[in-house]
Amino acid sequence: MRMPPQPLTLDGLTHGYGAGLAVDNVTLEVRGGELVALLGPSGCGKTTLLRIIGGFVTQISGSVIIGDRRVDSYPPNQREVGVVFQNYALFPHMTVAENIAYGLAARGVSKALQRERVAEMLATVQMTAFAERKPRQLSGGQQQRVALARALAVRPRILLLDEPFAALDKNLRLDLQIEIKRLQRQFGLTAILVTHDQDEAMSIADKIAVMNKGRIEQLGSPIDIYDDPSTLFVNSFIGSSNLLAGTIERLEAGTFGVRLDNGAFWPVASNRSFARGDAVFASVRPEQLTLATAEAPGRFPVNHALSLPIGGMLLHDVRETNGAKLKVAEPRVPGTSLSMGGAAWCGLAANARPSLFPRP
Amino acid sequence: MAIAVPALVAPGQGERVDWRLAAPLGLVYLGLFAGPLLLLIGISFFEDSELAKPGLASWRRFWGDAFYRGVVVDTLRLGLLTVAATTLLAYPLGLVFCASGPRVQKALIFIILLPLLTSVVIRTFAWIVILAREGVINNTLIALGLTSTPLKLLQTELGLVMALTQIELPLMLLPLLTVMRQIDPNLIDASRALGASRWRTFFRVLLPLSIPGWIAGATLVFASACTAFISQSVIGGASLVYLPALIWQQSMVVYHWPFAAVAAVTLLVSVLAGISLFGALERAARTR
Ligand SMILES: Nc1ncnc2c1ncn2[C@@H]1O[C@H](COP(=O)(O)OP(=O)(O)O)[C@@H](O)[C@H]1O
Ligand SMILES: [Mg+2]
Repeated sequence: MRMPPQPLTLDGLTHGYGAGLAVDNVTLEVRGGELVALLGPSGCGKTTLLRIIGGFVTQISGSVIIGDRRVDSYPPNQREVGVVFQNYALFPHMTVAENIAYGLAARGVSKALQRERVAEMLATVQMTAFAERKPRQLSGGQQQRVALARALAVRPRILLLDEPFAALDKNLRLDLQIEIKRLQRQFGLTAILVTHDQDEAMSIADKIAVMNKGRIEQLGSPIDIYDDPSTLFVNSFIGSSNLLAGTIERLEAGTFGVRLDNGAFWPVASNRSFARGDAVFASVRPEQLTLATAEAPGRFPVNHALSLPIGGMLLHDVRETNGAKLKVAEPRVPGTSLSMGGAAWCGLAANARPSLFPRP
Repeated sequence: MAIAVPALVAPGQGERVDWRLAAPLGLVYLGLFAGPLLLLIGISFFEDSELAKPGLASWRRFWGDAFYRGVVVDTLRLGLLTVAATTLLAYPLGLVFCASGPRVQKALIFIILLPLLTSVVIRTFAWIVILAREGVINNTLIALGLTSTPLKLLQTELGLVMALTQIELPLMLLPLLTVMRQIDPNLIDASRALGASRWRTFFRVLLPLSIPGWIAGATLVFASACTAFISQSVIGGASLVYLPALIWQQSMVVYHWPFAAVAAVTLLVSVLAGISLFGALERAARTR
């Protein structure tokens, strides 16, 4: 019998180690069965937040609610939380099978049922052939799969993953990301994945919570976060973007006329409020810019430094007349050769939607 | 002309250490340890103190006498009790040590090493002050009203084990802490998250992973408690006889060297037997 997916609520969690706050008033609601990525630079408090949810550290204030239970007073062994650590943390003195059976034995599951469940979990992560190996006889990816099987064997309410792929090489990482996504779906698990890798968060999370200095700066779907970052920090942390300085020159319903410092005039839609004369940054993704040979409204002059083919795209490195660097990405037209160097005009691609942020 | 040189690298075995590096110390050991040891074993097979008549009489006299057999048993028991007491004290301290930050760990290491800076003789005499009829322990117990007549602690096995436990504790702690601090703290979190209580985590994860450190510590404590001539004599006094005192008495007072040699070989073999017992325990734990 399987539990329905359990929601997870974090309510005003705050924690600090001595000076400063590592986690600062974090509130987050995760629906049952959702995979939320905690994304942020190293040291922003992701691990601390995860350790609070797991019960390994006790917060200064706030609460953790798993399903319908407020678990603040529960020790880690009663929270029914599965944890996968970055360094796998398999018990080195036990075989793969013993590692997977560990949590079942701790719960007093009968030996027969343990064997059955271990076999099932080994099959789920395709590690049946390795049941009697010791962890040190496995590769990193295999160890991580065993760690996953061990965490899932006890049917936890919540799965916590702390940078589970960080120690793996790139190909393996992709395989495991797919594997984790599949298992999370299959088991109907609510999961929190800590990562500092935005591509990873974008590809497997249902929602991303971008963290900065102990706070959640933005929570949203990967597409929302990418297309409509709510702060300059989120904007620069997710994907690459170009920041163009400018000033609000005209106000119309929902649209701001921005005069860029390089002379071009862009009408930009934004749901933030600005007043005439406000200094702003217009942020555009590389794929939202294009290069052209002729002058036109909204274009500004650039010097073309070099182009790099990246998969199906060409990434142009261009300089504004004041020397500022911009990245422009365009689909590569097969058969065309790269034109290097020379003057060009840079403007917004069709349907481009730059973001506006106040400029300090 | 070709000179035969021992192969430094055996095929398929990678680079091996050149045994000649060990030659200087090896020769010293051969001359000053293995030689005298053979001599000692040889002497034990004489029957008289003049070393004139070879025979097994000394061995027969030693093992035929319940008193001497009792001395062997007491010596080994003293070693085992000291190992048990130091183990019971060292593990809780080890847990505290692992849970502490780096600064507290440094302070703990310093406190643990501190007793080693004082000579064993001084520490032994300090224990006389503590254990005596009007010593620290008895005065405290009487002041608290827990006893009306002073307990006899000096010249008892209990007092001796107490003193040896304090004296030998660093030998248990140092290897144990060295191994325990290398245990990944995530393993403890992993165990807890999987539903294991603190006790289960200790017995299933921390204890098995710290066994190599305990073996090293137990070996050191056992060997030095069994052979702690000064502490055994000063605190145990004349009423408690252990093998080291017996050897001293037979060789330096009675001048019956063959008999002393029998006792010495017996001490050596029994300590080695005790140590290999710990090793067997480890192997049993590992294959389980
Ligand atoms: N055990 C600890 N003792 C003291 N400070 C800590 C401890 N763990 C983390 N910190 C501090 O708390 C902040 C957040 O750390 P952490 O949660 O590990 O961040 P992240 O996982 O995002 O890299 C950092 O500034 C870190 O130095
Ligand atoms: Mg971290």
